[in-house]
Amino acid sequence: MARFEPKASPLTEPFWDATRDKKLLVQWCPDCDAGVYWPRVHCPRCLGGDLGWKEASGRGSVYSFSVMHVAGNPMMADRVPYVIGLVDLDEGVRIATNIVGCEPAAVRVAMAVAVTWETMSDGRNLPLFEPA
Amino acid sequence: MSPATGGRSEDDPAGVRGKASIVGVADAVSPTGKLDLHGRELEVSVVREALGDAGLTLADVDGVCCATGMMASVELAEYLGIRPRWTDSTMTGGSSFEIHVEHAACAIAAGQADTVLIVYAATPRSRGQDMAQMASAMSGGGQMPMVEWDIPYGFGIPAASYSLAATRHMAEFGTTPEQLAAISVSTRAWASKNPQARFQDPISVDDVLASPYVAEPLHKLECCLVTDGAGAVIVSRTDRARHLAKPPVAVLGVGTAHTHGMSISQMPDLCTTAAAVSGPRAFAMAGLAPEDVDVLETYDSFTITVLLALEDLGFCKKGDGGAFVAEGALGPGGSLPTNTNGGGLSYTHPGMYGIFPLVEATRQLRGEVGNGRQVGGANVAVAHGCGGVLSATSTVVLGREEVL
Repeated sequence: MARFEPKASPLTEPFWDATRDKKLLVQWCPDCDAGVYWPRVHCPRCLGGDLGWKEASGRGSVYSFSVMHVAGNPMMADRVPYVIGLVDLDEGVRIATNIVGCEPAAVRVAMAVAVTWETMSDGRNLPLFEPA
Repeated sequence: MSPATGGRSEDDPAGVRGKASIVGVADAVSPTGKLDLHGRELEVSVVREALGDAGLTLADVDGVCCATGMMASVELAEYLGIRPRWTDSTMTGGSSFEIHVEHAACAIAAGQADTVLIVYAATPRSRGQDMAQMASAMSGGGQMPMVEWDIPYGFGIPAASYSLAATRHMAEFGTTPEQLAAISVSTRAWASKNPQARFQDPISVDDVLASPYVAEPLHKLECCLVTDGAGAVIVSRTDRARHLAKPPVAVLGVGTAHTHGMSISQMPDLCTTAAAVSGPRAFAMAGLAPEDVDVLETYDSFTITVLLALEDLGFCKKGDGGAFVAEGALGPGGSLPTNTNGGGLSYTHPGMYGIFPLVEATRQLRGEVGNGRQVGGANVAVAHGCGGVLSATSTVVLGREEVL
């Protein structure tokens, strides 16, 4: 079964469009010079609305993770066990993702990771992370 | 430091402490996990029982709290056939009912209500699981941020988010699987003394660790049940409560806070919940400290939920939760009897467990719990709720009249 493929909104379309070229964008507040995740119409620090996008390095570290032995939602039933994680990007935002490219038992907190991509049915790519 | 009833202090500027008391409670659960009644019928049955417990009638109720429904408290009152002058439909997931008590106590102290009814009923075990609801939320597409940013990665079941907190706590503080498992063991030991509990057979740390993983490091026996259940709580003026059927259980301190919603990526620190704010506020209003607490009834959706609450509420230092629970402190005969009904892990968990800590704390402080479950000489209890995915907490400090 295909995993759940998120619908883009007008706000998040730039993020999803960029994934077609395997570019990872982070919403950016120019006033705070800081990232915002997930995308919003405002910066949670200053409430400013002048948010843009910045291409992220795709590098980060594992803040936490879990090996899922029961599917978190029905569309992941045939993928167990799989690894969910929170990754701290070098740009300073924390994102939910999957850790792939190694045995689940090899994943560690603080492990260095880099983005990799899984192609979705419409040509967009879902950003995942693997050991760097 | 302890302010007198009705007094005002920096920590209780409106003089809420002690003005309201829990005067009636009821719960409906079954060892089978299933109930025959559902929906409004089940709600009415626990309302009837709680009013009877208090020695009050429906005509005495002038405030209503409910968390389920589109206009939750309004729809409930309509069905009951009452016209309250005060209402609260606050919905923060599992902590909704502690917040209801907080709001009710403030309303009573302000003279806006005299007697408030809090009701919850859900029958997910008989009436199907919420996976269908989850699927329908996903098909909506992009409405909740977690649908766009978390669900594609296989998040969804609560255990996914809580397991991340457990992993992080282990990495930061060296907490072990055995220590977390000890929480399930202590809770089951209490459940073995509760004939209403879903699971009553004692278990060992080995049993917990031998149960299958749901989301590492959380095993099946570290996850709450899915059962039918209902509860009702009646809060009234302490000055009138003294003439009612049961000894009043005073609301001494209340506090609420939240750090994020349903996206665990938005939680600032996976090892510190909003209880680090709600707990100290509630204790300050009560003029009490964690060491004054005789019984703790705290939300146990998972073992890690309890561990974080113990640290954040101040029963032990941050990071020391594992060592604190490992030697049975939470169980019968332990230094901090916790979840004496058997908790969400072994007694009942219909989805939003938070009404049941209030019911059990009240019964413990009245001294009316049988079957070897009563904590001797309990004067102060804490009921602590946690809703969402470690998102919204509310802490209620309760005490016998002697503590006022």
